[in-house]
Amino acid sequence: MEPLDLIRERLGAAVPGAAIEVVPNPAVAEQSSLRVDPGHAVAVARVLRDEAFWQFDYCSNVTGVDWPEAILREPVRLRRLINGVEREVVSIVERRRPGCLEVVYHLYSMRLGHGPLILRQRTDNRVDQVRVASLTPVWRSAEFQEREVYDLFGVVFEGHPDLRRILMWEGFQDHPMRKDYVEPDDYEYEPTPHDDVLVKARRHYPVGGGG
Amino acid sequence: MQWDEGLRSELARQGVFTTTWSALYNWGRSNSVWPLNFGLACCAIEMIAASMARFDISRFGSEVFRPSPRQADLMIVAGTVTKKMAPQVVRLYNQMPEPKYVIAMGACAISGGPFRQGYNVLKGIDRFLPVDVHIPGCPPRPEALLHGLMALQRQIAGERPRGPRRARHCDAGVPGEYPVPEHGAYDLVPSKNRLIWRPRPEVRPESEQR
Repeated sequence: MEPLDLIRERLGAAVPGAAIEVVPNPAVAEQSSLRVDPGHAVAVARVLRDEAFWQFDYCSNVTGVDWPEAILREPVRLRRLINGVEREVVSIVERRRPGCLEVVYHLYSMRLGHGPLILRQRTDNRVDQVRVASLTPVWRSAEFQEREVYDLFGVVFEGHPDLRRILMWEGFQDHPMRKDYVEPDDYEYEPTPHDDVLVKARRHYPVGGGG
Repeated sequence: MQWDEGLRSELARQGVFTTTWSALYNWGRSNSVWPLNFGLACCAIEMIAASMARFDISRFGSEVFRPSPRQADLMIVAGTVTKKMAPQVVRLYNQMPEPKYVIAMGACAISGGPFRQGYNVLKGIDRFLPVDVHIPGCPPRPEALLHGLMALQRQIAGERPRGPRRARHCDAGVPGEYPVPEHGAYDLVPSKNRLIWRPRPEVRPESEQR
């Protein structure tokens, strides 16, 4: 498999107008990924599956990521005049990161034996603009996993043939894997609570704290 | 009828075998407990192992796992009962004919186990069904399941058709079916059957506090 930059260029040529971006992964694994805009995701996916030198015929995994809105504090190097001498100083800049939901696809090629290529789609926000394109028409194996992402994260997949909840029941409210999910307060006694459960136990048993 | 052990052993010494209908009936029932053929999680794997050659549950007359609740005597709740699955488990129990028994196998079926404080797991099947035998373990070994089955056999052998210690299915005041809970917005509605589930006190007794 060629480097991601090259894949991105070729995809950009094959699907005009698609906004494709390389998302670097600074961790040791260096599994960087490609992010496509939902409007062109299906076209990009078809090219990835059908192009002779890629043939990503197997979508092994679909998962979701919840990015809540956050204030990021990032160090920025600036050159400033201090006492008449120009020096490099590091100042902390606060940046607001808007919240969004992300869907991640892991693609492999069984025929050519390469992969994974990691494909991402992002929603505009976490509240009302939660639509991305369903890739189930391209890879049938994504069907249940996209339903799971819909169930647990609340991402709506446009073009999915059968978008229902899959793990929780119909009529369940909220999406439990979101970071700001508040679970029902139905704590019950257990003899050795710890960590988060200990906090709950303290709320329910004021004396002694349940430790 | 009063059971005179001395007279019985004296008669046995003379070559006369005596028994009661009740004992004969219970002996037959306790040695042909047919479990319902269903499993919910990893405990089911141990249950399957118990039914295979090495552990051989057929030594106890329980090898006939019935795929229909209409033909089963025993429900082995083997595994995590999620809130989504709980109504179906209760419905299966309701469809079983009397006399019927329930074994809660493993930590999850007893109390929710490691998932007890989760949003999607029932905190024990005993809030909807009357459990006869609890088998602790995560998962219990097949030997533990056999031990639980033997405990159930002893319970069946001691059952009386009438009197204060009469069996559950001989008591007209005890229902044979239990209400099936509905799925609500966050939890089952009702979240427990108050008639059969006795909760621990909300605030722990003085002796447990420190």
